[in-house]
Amino acid sequence: MPPLSHDASQHETLDPAVLRDDVIFAAWRIAFFQYTVVGVFLFILSGFWTLQVQDNLIYSEAAARNRIKSTPMLAARGKILDREGRVIVDNHFSFSVILSRENLKDEHLPTITEGLNLDHEDLLARLRRWKSVPKYRAIVIKEELTAAEIAFVESHNDPDTFPELELVHVQHRLYPKDNLMAHVIGYVGEVTEAELDLPDFAKYNQGDVIGKAGIERQYNEILMGTDGERQVVVDSKGNEREVIGYKDAIPGRSLQLTVDLDLQIVAELALEGRRGAVVALDVRSGEVLAMVSRPAFDPNKFAGRIRRKDWDEIILNPDKPMFNRAIQSNFAPGSTFKPLVALAALEAGVIDDNTTFNCTGSMSFYGRPWGCHLRKGHGRVNLQRALEQSCDIFFYNTANLLGIDKLFEYGDQLGLGKETGIDLPFEGKGLMPSSKWKARTLRQKWMGGDTVNVGIGQGYVNVTPLQLALMIGGIANGGIWNRPHLVNDPNRRETHTLAINPLSTSSVIYGMYGVVNLGGTGGSARLPGVEVCGKTGTAQLYGYDTKARGSAIAKDLRDNAWFVGFAPRTNPEIVVAALFENGEHGPLAAPIVRDVLKVYFDKKSRNVMRAPTLAMAPLGQKGFAVN
Amino acid sequence: MGSYRTLRDLDWALLILSLLICGLGVLQIFSATRGTKWQNAWWKQVVWLVAGLLLMWLISSIDYHTLLGQVPVLYAGMVVLLLLTVVIGSKIFGARRWIALPGGVLLQVSEFAKIVVVLMVARFLTELKTDAINWRDLLKLVGLVGLPMLLVMKQPDLGTSLTYLPILATGIFLAGLRWQYALSIGVLAVVLIPSSWFLLKDYQKSRIETFLDPSRDPKGEGYQIIQSKIAIGNGGMWGRGVTKGTQTKLQFLPVPHTDFIFSAFAEEHGFVGVVVVLGLYFLLLMQIVQNAQTSPDRAGMYICMGVCSLLLFHLLVNVGMVVGKMPVTGIPLPFMSSGGSGMLSVFMMLGLVHNVRLRRFVN
Repeated sequence: MPPLSHDASQHETLDPAVLRDDVIFAAWRIAFFQYTVVGVFLFILSGFWTLQVQDNLIYSEAAARNRIKSTPMLAARGKILDREGRVIVDNHFSFSVILSRENLKDEHLPTITEGLNLDHEDLLARLRRWKSVPKYRAIVIKEELTAAEIAFVESHNDPDTFPELELVHVQHRLYPKDNLMAHVIGYVGEVTEAELDLPDFAKYNQGDVIGKAGIERQYNEILMGTDGERQVVVDSKGNEREVIGYKDAIPGRSLQLTVDLDLQIVAELALEGRRGAVVALDVRSGEVLAMVSRPAFDPNKFAGRIRRKDWDEIILNPDKPMFNRAIQSNFAPGSTFKPLVALAALEAGVIDDNTTFNCTGSMSFYGRPWGCHLRKGHGRVNLQRALEQSCDIFFYNTANLLGIDKLFEYGDQLGLGKETGIDLPFEGKGLMPSSKWKARTLRQKWMGGDTVNVGIGQGYVNVTPLQLALMIGGIANGGIWNRPHLVNDPNRRETHTLAINPLSTSSVIYGMYGVVNLGGTGGSARLPGVEVCGKTGTAQLYGYDTKARGSAIAKDLRDNAWFVGFAPRTNPEIVVAALFENGEHGPLAAPIVRDVLKVYFDKKSRNVMRAPTLAMAPLGQKGFAVN
Repeated sequence: MGSYRTLRDLDWALLILSLLICGLGVLQIFSATRGTKWQNAWWKQVVWLVAGLLLMWLISSIDYHTLLGQVPVLYAGMVVLLLLTVVIGSKIFGARRWIALPGGVLLQVSEFAKIVVVLMVARFLTELKTDAINWRDLLKLVGLVGLPMLLVMKQPDLGTSLTYLPILATGIFLAGLRWQYALSIGVLAVVLIPSSWFLLKDYQKSRIETFLDPSRDPKGEGYQIIQSKIAIGNGGMWGRGVTKGTQTKLQFLPVPHTDFIFSAFAEEHGFVGVVVVLGLYFLLLMQIVQNAQTSPDRAGMYICMGVCSLLLFHLLVNVGMVVGKMPVTGIPLPFMSSGGSGMLSVFMMLGLVHNVRLRRFVN
């Protein structure tokens, strides 16, 4: 017998279901189905809950990004003018082409590079570098498009060909030709990622073009305008449907410099092809009338996107063309330092006009011989002759009697060894040594020989051409000097007064008058009808020993040539310092100073030398208007 | 047989629910297509709705037992038309899914095939006269459903062919699928589904890949999913307001009146609107299930449950797709998506349900 249970199951399957053709048999299965329906609905609803309630903001923003397109309206940067209102830096309009990487198809690249005359490898490298930047940020792939390139973009940027291309209208800085005033003006560039992290740059946005050097950097806030914006609603095809926001661009304000282009150009031409610097200051106000540094760079190369080749050329150049020698180079002043030594010694009473020293071409101090530049010696010299002939022996003695700390007091008060506070970034400090300084930084005792050396502007002392002009100008002006500046800003005016006996200054000034006019070393700076005073300087880069040893001395080991001059002798108006790096002899620098002075006094005699002409409001206020 | 039926005996709850959803659909089509080249779609939808109601009445008035009796003829006709579609169908977007009828009407046979499949499955399972289906019958049924599926897949239209599966699966489940069978089928599926990957066409593979990672192709396949999710998320709790959905109006949302109508709705009406509409759908499905439970016989139950499972599957796949939980398949949303064949077939299926309802009192 088969088991009962088996029987029962047989019976059940064989039982004709038609006998009970109702739906009760499936009741629990229908119930199960109902629960499945509930499950499916909960599953779907959870999706809507996440998108609409939890992540609503994310998706609303995404929707806004989809439809709202904002295009910047670039503000023009302010012009830079000279003291007579002549335009030095202007803008010009041009087209750039941007590449949207969201739509980019790789197979389009060869045609695009060909149409835009780009280097294919260069562009690929560029795209690789931008890999980490979010894709919605477009890249400028070419600037300053030619008419043919504009036509190429316009005829190809339809949705079916190269939708990734877009033309944008941009303003470019137009700097003067031939590197004129490159260092003073500086240049502009796009703010970098690294800069954006700095607190000073927090006010800028990605993509802003800001001043990177010179006046462009110093007065960026005035020169830079505020970009406008145009917000439109676009559909999925990119068609504009509606303008929802419009903000006009506010152009930057123009800036007038104290520089006089006529003086500037003369100085530029004189330095052409040399390494050196010229600084011309108005003694009475501290206005910079001219400032040149050579070799220079072409700021126009930075105005757009600088090409790698150009950048390397500038950066790797051993002559350092980016370096503003007028305010950044620290060189020994050589004999141009002697007027300061003379002034300090007169004031301290260690010498007077009649004090003489006997120059035999060499003299021993602290157990070692010190030579004069004139080997056969100047004989017995007083201050007047010592300045005229730049006798080293006289100043060794004078400095030795004076002592370094007394000398430091005067140098320091005339602006040496610290920033002058000129309105240019990255100014050099120079060095006015003292016994304290040596103890503090070198942890050594100040030696008598150190003082002797500083007495002729060698050794530890270092100045920038600007500091030298300022110091000599200060002496010429009877101890009063103003903070040098390129822009007349009443808020930044600062006058320093050093109390000195007018007799002391007139002695020194007369010595400097003799340098130029009484058979001294600076005769080539003489200017008919103008009482030019000055001082030559030949600053050694290496000691006399080195010079004697090698007959073939490399160019960059030769001495620096200085000349600093001012005029007129009484009530001086202008001081000019000139530096030739490796210029062999000081007298070579004097003609430059003479030429600059000549232009100044020519203009003055024709009554065309004038104060800055434009109405200027204090900086930081609106209305730097140019009429 | 008491053959006298009155309108009073119709399932009014079901009718009202379906008309409510259709009404919202028409409004949404109007809102989403205003000012576009489809701006006439809303009134065409109304015309289709009226036609659908007529067909519904027609179908409900013929006793479903009569319809079941004609299954062999209907099935044969369906297979012939599907074959014709593959051969002479109008090619649109690279697929032959439509037969051009005189008067410019495109007939999508695969939509109407659903009704035949529902009836065929119901008759087959009823005739088994057993409470537990065996292997032989199971395979027979799979074959019978598999044939139209293969023909539709051939068009190619993977999405629509998949809609026949839930009818089959639900039928088998209700007919008493033994757990051993279910387990075997499960194991088979685990083995077969990955290997079927190699049978899929490239575009089908890429759709599934894109579903798994929409950002893989944000301007192509993934674009639709991303834009749809943005539209839904943009709706928020209360929605952007009628005709104010920017994703919809500015055409970021693809086909906002057909496959993606629910995202357009969700953008304009928000989560609250979504809950309301999904609630209507839920009640509608439950009403159909109730008709199955009160069916006078198994055949009626199978018909109702077949229709219900088909609608559930449509809902899951379409709404799941727009919300990013299902791959893009191109399956329309019943009652709401603009389109004639879908509208007619869904109301014909409702006609079947009413049909069962009208005959629930066996005398």
